[in-house]
Amino acid sequence: MTAANFTPIASLVGGMMIGVAAVGLMTLEGRIAGVSGIASRLLPPYADHGFTGRLAFVLGLAAAPVLVLLATDDMPAVTLAAGPTQLVAAGLLVGFGSVWGNGCTSGHGVCGLSRLSGRSLVATLTFMAAAAATVFLARHVL
Amino acid sequence: MKGAASVLVQFALGLTFGLGLVIAGMSDPAKVLSFLDVAAIPTGGWDPSLAFVMIGAIGVTFVGFKLALRRAKPVLGDAFHLPTATSIDSRIVVGPAIFGVGWGLAGLCPGPAFTALAGGGNAALIFFIAMFCGMGSARWVANSSARSERAIKRS
Repeated sequence: MTAANFTPIASLVGGMMIGVAAVGLMTLEGRIAGVSGIASRLLPPYADHGFTGRLAFVLGLAAAPVLVLLATDDMPAVTLAAGPTQLVAAGLLVGFGSVWGNGCTSGHGVCGLSRLSGRSLVATLTFMAAAAATVFLARHVL
Repeated sequence: MKGAASVLVQFALGLTFGLGLVIAGMSDPAKVLSFLDVAAIPTGGWDPSLAFVMIGAIGVTFVGFKLALRRAKPVLGDAFHLPTATSIDSRIVVGPAIFGVGWGLAGLCPGPAFTALAGGGNAALIFFIAMFCGMGSARWVANSSARSERAIKRS
């Protein structure tokens, strides 16, 4: 890893597009663009009639790299170094923790911080610190 | 017709969100992990890109939400559904702490778990299925503890 991987402009622009999607979902549907909330509500029990819309949103998410592939002939890289056991553990923790804490990077990190929510600030600082500590232990200690 | 428009709109917004993740480089777990690896700061190998994603996203959302919430109701919906909880309870710390450990283990959070499906092979699929199992169990635990609290209140 070198600092040559740093992509300030692309990351700023991509982040702004995420913001446009979040603002669009609020303006048009009145909903927070939190991916863990949208995804977990695809599972029963259903509290409202938003299933089809939520499914459409996550299908759009999943379709994005396919659109990039069609436009550029290149599939965006997905580098997963973790082994199967670690991936299962990581998936369980991400799924359980994001639902238990009512949000993830998008719901708390983007939408919550934009609403100046104290809960989202606590959540964001906590998951950032926990993730950095985990990477530190995995890469430099264990 | 409003229903069909709403579904199409949400597909388009999910696509925009996903394209944002890809353009930002956040669809690649290795890039996310190189942000989270703060020990690389002194060696010059740290990648601060994720911070720029957050700045871009929050900048647009902060202004956009203010404008959106001036409306009486959303364009295609009956009402704005905003979180109402304000208390700092244990769940708002414990949940993100658990989520953060998982995020640090693989470099994937829920949004990129979806964009990873097309190009991430079996590894992405394994993570994806485990993530939904985790989500389902958190909802199950939350619902059953809510049920037992109600039962205690009734008795």
